[in-house]
Amino acid sequence: MTWEPIEDIAAKVNKGELNAVDLVDTSLNAIRQKEEFKAIIAIIPERARERARHIDEKVASGERAGRLAGVPFIAKDNFLVFGAETTAASNMLKGFNAPYQATVIERLEAEGAICVAKANLDAYAHGGSTENSDFFTTRNPHDKTRVPGGSSGGSAASVALGLTPFALGTDTGGSTRQPAGFVGCVGYKPTYGLMSRSGIVAMASSTDTVGVLASTVQDTALVVDVIAGKDDLDSTTIARQQEGYLPGAASVAGKKIGVIKEYMGEGVSDGVRKQIEASIERLQKAGAIITEVSLPSLSLALAVYYILCPAEISSNLSRYDGQRYGYSYEDAKDLSESYTKSRAIGFGNEAKRRIMIGTYVLSSGYYDAYYKRAQIVRTKLIQEAVSAFEAVDFLVGPVAPTTAFKIGERADDPLAMYLADTMTVAANLIGIPSVSIPCGMSNGLPVGMQIMAPQRADRELLTVAAAVEEAVQ
Amino acid sequence: MVKLSTDDVLKLAQLARISLNEDEVTEFSGELSAILQYVEQLSDVDISGLEPTNQVTGLTNVMRKDEVRDYGYAPADLLKNVPAVKDGQLKVKRMIG
Repeated sequence: MTWEPIEDIAAKVNKGELNAVDLVDTSLNAIRQKEEFKAIIAIIPERARERARHIDEKVASGERAGRLAGVPFIAKDNFLVFGAETTAASNMLKGFNAPYQATVIERLEAEGAICVAKANLDAYAHGGSTENSDFFTTRNPHDKTRVPGGSSGGSAASVALGLTPFALGTDTGGSTRQPAGFVGCVGYKPTYGLMSRSGIVAMASSTDTVGVLASTVQDTALVVDVIAGKDDLDSTTIARQQEGYLPGAASVAGKKIGVIKEYMGEGVSDGVRKQIEASIERLQKAGAIITEVSLPSLSLALAVYYILCPAEISSNLSRYDGQRYGYSYEDAKDLSESYTKSRAIGFGNEAKRRIMIGTYVLSSGYYDAYYKRAQIVRTKLIQEAVSAFEAVDFLVGPVAPTTAFKIGERADDPLAMYLADTMTVAANLIGIPSVSIPCGMSNGLPVGMQIMAPQRADRELLTVAAAVEEAVQ
Repeated sequence: MVKLSTDDVLKLAQLARISLNEDEVTEFSGELSAILQYVEQLSDVDISGLEPTNQVTGLTNVMRKDEVRDYGYAPADLLKNVPAVKDGQLKVKRMIG
């Protein structure tokens, strides 16, 4: 099903023309009807209906119920949310009930939005297909034999299937943008620090960001505008831009757009390249000034990421020790065995791989050769991006080298799976905002175009994205 | 070229507090070696004169007051997810045999 623009839904709820309770039921029905796609881990019917009734009563008594009044949404299951377990799709966290909610969930609720379900992901957000979920694999809405991308594959599929008008994901190395590209919706990754990570299961803290998924840039921007900004509970958060995040007058005319040379070469499938080139041509016709830009170190970004990210994961996942929360091996003879068995049984193979790689690159003797060197190459990459943005306003390219791949195709080869992130990790390492926008189909599967902007230029990025959306569709 | 032996993997697993069976050790030694070989391409990069990036938006020492705040959470609720509780405290297995 398709939803009206979020702004219109909220306006109608505030006027009493739509009931929040009906919207929640519509969404829960859609979830039931589309069960075969396995996008959802758990639904939150009681709490969602209770919140909806509260909103309808508020409106009936003449109060306003917020900018997202009655709008249902789905959160990736690594957000702490009341009313259902928070599992991060891991056996380790099965049965975990959040004692508090994520800051961004609180901000959405304060404006009247209602969380109706938790979406599937690769366990702990480690992966690019949802095949690493400890529970099940989500199906691509366009072809059930293919993956929806990941790790926010459940959230992306939810939006593409019309289960809710928007969904939350996370984006540590592309986990919001890549699945958005694979299912054909908008996926937004903000500047590092623009949205609080408090109450989100931590993965790699130097690149973890919240991600927003919706059908249109306008809907995405409204959600960004509600959740962006500083939070005492996440010391890495940065201030909002003064004008907010709703797109201004959108036009690509006169905008300097750099096509990333390294993202258009070898390894990109012909179908993807064709769609991206056609879209760039349309932008040029709409008045954009197109040039080719080269960032030579982009070819190293994936190697940098697969050192830094496991290192941070090995640190962040040390908290799962079987003592304070999560799975605990009951028959352990002592504390040491309780740790090693709880972690052996609670973690899936991908979490184990990343923890061990992280342990290796951080161990004394290897630290300088791996971790520190990766941090330095990260600096090189940042410097190249800064100089690229002196010449152009935005950078564009595909969001992934291929369209959605077949379920099982890469499951046995961890390294092949990592390559799905090859065009997305750089934005996380540089800390810049980036968005994936649908730009046509190749053999019946969506192709996503990625646009990047300098740090803290989220408003500018959302504005140009709205114009690009109009130009390429 | 890095090649992790089964002993190397066992050492890593021990450091990471994860117990592995023999099959897993063999499987991981191949997979982890392949990943390390891939990231090894950074060893050829010229990094002279560059400093590591630890924080990407340039924030340093974000301070706040060290004060108790009431978030309204009941201790009993916070203990609900703990595997073993005794007298309002976490209970763990013995440490010394």
